[in-house]
Amino acid sequence: MLGAECPKPCKGKWPTPPFDPRFPNQNQTRNCYQNFLDYHRCIKTMNRRGKSTQPCEYYFRVYHSLCPISWVQRWKEQIKDGTFAGKI
Amino acid sequence: MAYPMQLGFQDATSPIMEELLHFHDHTLMIVFLISSLVLYIISLMLTTKLTHTSTMDAQEVETIWTILPAIILILIALPSLRILYMMDEINNPSLTVKTMGHQWYWSYEYTDYEDLSFDSYMIPTSELKPGELRLLEVDNRVVLPMEMTIRMLVSSEDVLHSWAVPSLGLKTDAIPGRLNQTTLMSSRPGLYYG
Repeated sequence: MLGAECPKPCKGKWPTPPFDPRFPNQNQTRNCYQNFLDYHRCIKTMNRRGKSTQPCEYYFRVYHSLCPISWVQRWKEQIKDGTFAGKI
Repeated sequence: MAYPMQLGFQDATSPIMEELLHFHDHTLMIVFLISSLVLYIISLMLTTKLTHTSTMDAQEVETIWTILPAIILILIALPSLRILYMMDEINNPSLTVKTMGHQWYWSYEYTDYEDLSFDSYMIPTSELKPGELRLLEVDNRVVLPMEMTIRMLVSSEDVLHSWAVPSLGLKTDAIPGRLNQTTLMSSRPGLYYG
């Protein structure tokens, strides 16, 4: 997880999620949620195709930096229970 | 920090707050000028023996007191909009810190690298040491690097709260279910209360 490619320009380590022009305003809720969804969708697709999930690590790093820990835990519980509302 | 009998703002710690201080000085000066002009004119009106009982029109003075306020408003609006857009500039932050409001404490999460999170409770008045500030001191302070753009994400776990640091010019509402972003840049080291 710590070996993720950081977006250019970057020297080595992951600093923090860069500015995302899809979410330019104060409300970053969707930014966090979208990256969470993208990570799980990416994992599911890569696993289905039998490919490495390394490119999905970018989404993981972004949602891990942006989303509050309690939200991530709640969503993970919901995914495990099958009650998660998002489409993965 | 705030001090007794304080009249103005606290000293600025971020460039945006410096701009806000200057803007406030500029606007307050305009307000004082207008107030003293009006007060002077009222005092003139009340202390004259001259009368004019047949005023019909006053085109010239009406023009003046329409155009002049419009100019004054433009003089206030232009710096105001400049600062508003400056606050919204795109800046790539170097660090992300999340803060979650609870009843009645804040919790902070630094998750860029490892998962670090802690609660920050206010020190009750009965447990203050001499010299500490009442209602402002906390047990675990938020430590941030200076001269770096930091992204603060503010939310809440229960009811509405608001996260504010006056000397940085920050105030962001903590709304449950919503993640509000604000940018922080401290230009000098120190301990700031909010």
